[in-house]
Amino acid sequence: MTALGTPPRIAAKQRPGDRVFAGSAVLAGSLILATLALVAAFLVIQSVPAVTVPADQLSILGGDTFLEYVVPLVFGTVWAALIALVLAVPVSLGIALFISHYAPRRLAEGLGYVIDLLAAVPSVVFGLWGGNVLAPAIQPVYTWLWENLSFIPLFAGPPSGTGRTVLTAGIVLAVMILPIITALCREVFLQTPVLHEEAALALGATRWEMIRMTVLPFGRPGIISAVMLGLGRALGETMAVAMVLSATGVITVNLISSINPSTIAANIALSFPEAYGDNVSVLIATGLVLFAITLVVNAIARVVVNRRKDFSGAN
Amino acid sequence: MNITRASGFTALIAASAIVLSGCAANETGGAAPEETEGAPSLEGTLVGAGASSQQSAQEAWVAAFQDANPDVTVEYDPSGSGAGRDTFIAGGSAFAGSDRAFNDEEIAAGEFGRCVPESGIVEIPAYVSPIAVIFNLEGVDSLNLDPATIAGIFAGTITNWNDEAIASQNEGVELPDLAITPVHRADDSGTTENFTGYLFEAAGDVWTAEPDGVWPFESGEAAQGTSGVVDAVTNGTGTIGYADASRAGDLGTVAVKVGDEYVPFSPEAAAAVVDASPFVEGRTEGDLAIELDRATDASGVYPVVLVSYLIGCVEYQDAADAELVSAYFSYIISEEGQQAAAEAAGSAPISDTLRERATAAVELIG
Amino acid sequence: MTATTAIRTDESNSFASGRLPRAAPWWVLAACLAASAAVFALLGAGAPIAEFNIVGTVFIGMVAYTIVIVAIARLVEGQRRATDRFVTTLVTLAFVIALLPLISLVFTVITNGLPRFDLEFFTYSMRSIVGEGGGAIHAIVGTLLMTGTAAVISIPIGLMASIYLVEYGRGRLARAITFFVDVMTGIPSIVAGLFAYAVFSALLGPGERLGLAGAMALAVLMIPVVVRSSEEMLRLVPNELREAAFALGVPKWLMIVKVVLPTSIAGITTGIMLSIARVIGETAPLLIAAGFTNNLNYDLTEGRMQSLPVFVYTSYVAQGTDAQAYLDRAWAGALTLILIVMLLNLIARLVARQFAPKLGR
Repeated sequence: MTALGTPPRIAAKQRPGDRVFAGSAVLAGSLILATLALVAAFLVIQSVPAVTVPADQLSILGGDTFLEYVVPLVFGTVWAALIALVLAVPVSLGIALFISHYAPRRLAEGLGYVIDLLAAVPSVVFGLWGGNVLAPAIQPVYTWLWENLSFIPLFAGPPSGTGRTVLTAGIVLAVMILPIITALCREVFLQTPVLHEEAALALGATRWEMIRMTVLPFGRPGIISAVMLGLGRALGETMAVAMVLSATGVITVNLISSINPSTIAANIALSFPEAYGDNVSVLIATGLVLFAITLVVNAIARVVVNRRKDFSGAN
Repeated sequence: MNITRASGFTALIAASAIVLSGCAANETGGAAPEETEGAPSLEGTLVGAGASSQQSAQEAWVAAFQDANPDVTVEYDPSGSGAGRDTFIAGGSAFAGSDRAFNDEEIAAGEFGRCVPESGIVEIPAYVSPIAVIFNLEGVDSLNLDPATIAGIFAGTITNWNDEAIASQNEGVELPDLAITPVHRADDSGTTENFTGYLFEAAGDVWTAEPDGVWPFESGEAAQGTSGVVDAVTNGTGTIGYADASRAGDLGTVAVKVGDEYVPFSPEAAAAVVDASPFVEGRTEGDLAIELDRATDASGVYPVVLVSYLIGCVEYQDAADAELVSAYFSYIISEEGQQAAAEAAGSAPISDTLRERATAAVELIG
Repeated sequence: MTATTAIRTDESNSFASGRLPRAAPWWVLAACLAASAAVFALLGAGAPIAEFNIVGTVFIGMVAYTIVIVAIARLVEGQRRATDRFVTTLVTLAFVIALLPLISLVFTVITNGLPRFDLEFFTYSMRSIVGEGGGAIHAIVGTLLMTGTAAVISIPIGLMASIYLVEYGRGRLARAITFFVDVMTGIPSIVAGLFAYAVFSALLGPGERLGLAGAMALAVLMIPVVVRSSEEMLRLVPNELREAAFALGVPKWLMIVKVVLPTSIAGITTGIMLSIARVIGETAPLLIAAGFTNNLNYDLTEGRMQSLPVFVYTSYVAQGTDAQAYLDRAWAGALTLILIVMLLNLIARLVARQFAPKLGR
């Protein structure tokens, strides 16, 4: 707190309640670190055989080295998450603003609840819905895109006969992370100091100008947090991707064909049941790689957030 | 306000208490314990894990076995063949279900958690299921295809339904000018291993990839699990895939060329190929691993089958395990057991000759 | 302005002041949809009415509306208001777009789930049941127990950790926690399952699968979501409130409990509900850590435990010869799961409202 930071420091009286509370807060924080250290240690120890055992003894690699095995997966993971983010972030911001600043107040709460409903849908159901409802419904669009826009590499085709492409998986992921991003952004937007908003309006700003000048700058760190949470889910989502995506393990930016890159999490789910012995280590090692990806992505996001800290309430 | 809040919480607690204290209506003390004439009644929990392909069959076996022995609970964890074998090796389960038998190296390495060291294992091909080649083509219910054509379709060299290779074998069938979308399993599976094994052995000049649980090519459409493949084939047009025959439903199926005739899948034809195949050499008495002869010319045989094994110890460290496993396995290979699986999972009942060998193997368990 | 537009009647007043009448957007919308419908009807003239392209009509209509309303607003109201109208349209559209998959999903789940949404489904387990019949009481109990345990573990830890980060945390430990919590959000759910399985295998012997392991896997997934969302909400509490409390001589811990937490309780509840919703539908980790069973099990520390997502997944994956019975059970399970989360959400909101201070909003 700013009050505590001022130079002639007066030591506050240490009450037992304070000590217990602060102690348990530190304990909780350290517990999280300990858990994470345990998970990381588990991942590292279990992945060792993936590198030390000769590649020809690991049937899962199919003759490739571990690196050749994991690179398409990394690409697919990042690619699918990227598609999901590109689709979900603008829509979620729009919904959050709609609920917090556009919809009539009485309606807004109900609408928020409706969007939260999406968060309640288990990933298996997203998988079933994506594979059996969305994919057939969207397949004609892919054919159309291929017929008219195939000069763009994204739509190079040939279009999948069933619609179970990486774009479909991206849409399903987008729908899955939408409620996460929306719910957090909505809460953040609602916390914008009313005085700021009213000041902007009083100066003659339109609603959008008010939002741009007060709500968005105030909410920026919160928005980034929300997006990171969504990204975490998109990167790590297992079952829905496994059930929707027609994954064949290649690197391609083609969005509409049946030949798609797989994702790390989906690949673990698909290969784990039949994996045995050291092959399991290979899969866990890919999990470690995903871990590393998240680390990098988060480090970047941290830098971005720290640069724009000015509006946080507790600065 | 405090009162309403308190009553709200009370109602909540009461509601959850009802949910949490209730028993499942079908689990109250076992269904009327019938004392069968002096037979020593079994009790305890038997844990197995492994192949998900066996799950429907295991459900039927477990149900019937538990009805006969109300004090027994059998848990079959359909975690997958690989996971099942690993669990069995680690001693986490008393028996395993697996889409392939243990190979020689694994047996030589020899540590099986619940077995008496060096006592050996029992492997019984108790679940035999035909793999149907299914397709979705309007107005066509069945096609005749030889192994080379099937291999060509799935390898991506035959790409249109009106291709000469398909048309020449199916005179009188109107084949549309439509792209073929081959659908294969996205996951590592015993079904894929058996299917690619068949293509490799029966059409080796077209299909050059070694049999493997993972699809060897980067072409075609991938879908998760049998259900995923069936759904993808059903929802698409011009699709073709392979799946457990019991799941073929209304989809068109392929009659496969064996020798000079085209054989549609049937349980009998599938069981026949198991009988026509030799056991793996150099195994112990209880180890009935089969070397499937998929390139066979024998008449009336459907060579695209999935054989899934039950794996247990010859000698258990815990006598209770031995008793339960032995009783459970003998029920599974019995005529009633195989019939129950055929009804619930569409599998092919094993033949009497195989049953004799299997019974002898189960009797070793102690 | 007075020179060009003379004020004549009340109606024209809105135009005179450079504003569109309130109903104008609705009229434009209706006109655009009608025009688009007419275009599609002409294009498909002669085709049966069933082939009328509703999606295309709405899509083109909405695009046309956006262009027309922005153009009109720009002419009448000027650039700034035109931008405002444009954003309003986009924001509303975003909401409508999000509703499409939601409606489609809910419709799919309800139509498929209702046939087996009966008493037997809530009173039977799957023990000794082949083909038709049976229920999911074992899965419901397992889901409630495991998710409940996970929540009991992770909500206090997560909440205290976020309090530490916002109110106490300085220096390296705080920075490390923030960073690694972010990393934790990226743990693939299946890896969390493998981790819990490995821990309990090491503790209790190989191949051990139990409800507690499932709960632990879920807790690992849940904690980062709780921390991240609560941290964000706590940070938004204005410093003036804290300083006011300090100025009155309130101890810090009491300030946190009585001022900071109640102010942000709505947001924190939303975050916690999100985290529960996130883990209650997890399949892969539970399949590995808690295993699969057809029997009812109340004991978290002994024996496998079924959960609703695993129930749905396995029913779908391993359909027997009577496939429809399995599919019906799967969808009924999905419907149940969604209803449970909805109910929890509703309760949480009511509780949050009880504690939240009355704000101006």
